[in-house]
Amino acid sequence: MSLPDEPARLELYHVTVAYGGQLALQDVTLQVPHGAQVAVVGPNGAGKSTLFKVLVGLLPVQAGQIFIHGRPLGAHHDCVAYVPQREEVDWRFPVTVADVVMMGRYGRLGWLKRPKAYDRAIVMRSLEQLGIAELADRPIGELSGGQQRRTFLARALAQEPHILLMDEPFTGVDAATQETTMRLLEQLRDKCVTVLLSTHDLNLAATHFEQVILLNKRLIRYGSAEQVLTPETITETFGGQVFWLEIHGGGQRMATASHCCPPEPIDSTKRR
Amino acid sequence: MIIDWLITPLSYGFMQRGLIASMLVGILCAVVGCYIVLRSMAFLGDALAHGILPGVAVAYLLQINLTLGALAAGVAVALGIAFLSRQGTIKEDTAIGILFAASLSLGVLLISTIRTYAVDLTHILFGNVLGVSPADLWLMGGLVCVVLTTIILLYKEFLVISFDPVHAAALRLPANLLRHLMLVLLALTVVVSLQTVGVGLVAAMLVTPGATAYLLTRRLSEMMILAAALGAFSGIVGLYLSFYFNVASGAAVVLTATALFLLTFLLAPRKGLLWQRRRPHS
Repeated sequence: MSLPDEPARLELYHVTVAYGGQLALQDVTLQVPHGAQVAVVGPNGAGKSTLFKVLVGLLPVQAGQIFIHGRPLGAHHDCVAYVPQREEVDWRFPVTVADVVMMGRYGRLGWLKRPKAYDRAIVMRSLEQLGIAELADRPIGELSGGQQRRTFLARALAQEPHILLMDEPFTGVDAATQETTMRLLEQLRDKCVTVLLSTHDLNLAATHFEQVILLNKRLIRYGSAEQVLTPETITETFGGQVFWLEIHGGGQRMATASHCCPPEPIDSTKRR
Repeated sequence: MIIDWLITPLSYGFMQRGLIASMLVGILCAVVGCYIVLRSMAFLGDALAHGILPGVAVAYLLQINLTLGALAAGVAVALGIAFLSRQGTIKEDTAIGILFAASLSLGVLLISTIRTYAVDLTHILFGNVLGVSPADLWLMGGLVCVVLTTIILLYKEFLVISFDPVHAAALRLPANLLRHLMLVLLALTVVVSLQTVGVGLVAAMLVTPGATAYLLTRRLSEMMILAAALGAFSGIVGLYLSFYFNVASGAAVVLTATALFLLTFLLAPRKGLLWQRRRPHS
């Protein structure tokens, strides 16, 4: 998959977004080709979630333009699916797992239409792909955290999106859900679904994604993992929060970014 | 004989109309009330009910149909709330509080200019289901059809904006338009209920059957159907109780619905109090 030949299907030009009176994204210009899987990497507050919310239409753009398949953002009603880091839904709402996944079909169905057998088949298939088919009739509130995450992934799958936005899907989930998510990414690659996945895990970005966006309010770098993940760009993105480990022999480098808080002080007697 | 007990009231025209009216109101309030329960809008239901008072007073002064006056005022208050809280500068419950108090005051002010209003005022506050005329019944039936049809047609859309506003935005649903429409449907419901249970008791008819059904079901569609059945049952039973014990009909309907709720609250499988006592960790 060579970058210049592919027609760019998601295009951002000079996109600037303010959120809560502060600039969250500043003059971001990039073009993601159809079917690419891109890791969006940056520290907390770098604008990763903001970028996704803008693409979904949850936040307005202050300046700049966004095109999907060459048409302005909003012209398509269902081709962008979004799986937030934490779903802001009412967990006590009377809906079953299958009901939630069916909501993924609503965009395709359009107004006044009822789900058909075809839609139910897609819902069932999505549930099976995420290994939660046996939970179909359970109320969403009775599920474990990992099962709830999978339900919303299944919904995104049932939506049959062209672009899937996943906000930190590997944070705070059990190993089984992580593995299912990984497998899902492979299936989506075969289907040529464009995936943007935010993470603060540089290892994951380097090993599993052909392309990486380094973001810290501005676009630091976008390209293949080898091009993008260099000591200079990572330091620029994460500032001082980077530790370097040189692994001798293979010449590999590993970077660990501390993404939330400074290390626990060793002398913690004062707090007790 | 129990058959006689059931049939005797039906020999009166006013009882026939009253039963149909309270059944219609029971169904309509319960279905709309499911959204009120799930979206924690009980305060809004009550506010809208009181907000229609000035419309009724003006209609009375102008000698036009009271229901039409109530309708106009209800829709005006609903849209007023939507307008004030539109930008998020004022929270919705604050907007409700302001408009609710203002229109209730305006209603009381207008009513205080009418000297001979005492009887009609009681009817507006607590309903007068036995005074329903055939024309009233037709108007009620028409409004019930409009509201229920809208809710059935927009079931998916209302479900997704209530359960997951983020997904609704991703689907590019016009969330504000749908929210305003829901307010208008609620206003229509309140107006229809006016004659049966009155301004003071509409909130109970909106919330109680929905809350009961919530304890017994796990899907919104099932919750709505069960709530409708409970609402209709409460309407009919309440009216019979009112007939035989000669008590206020609106209050009897509401208390029947409340009794069903309390019973369910104690005994419902899974969510009921006794069930949870027995299995504290489930």
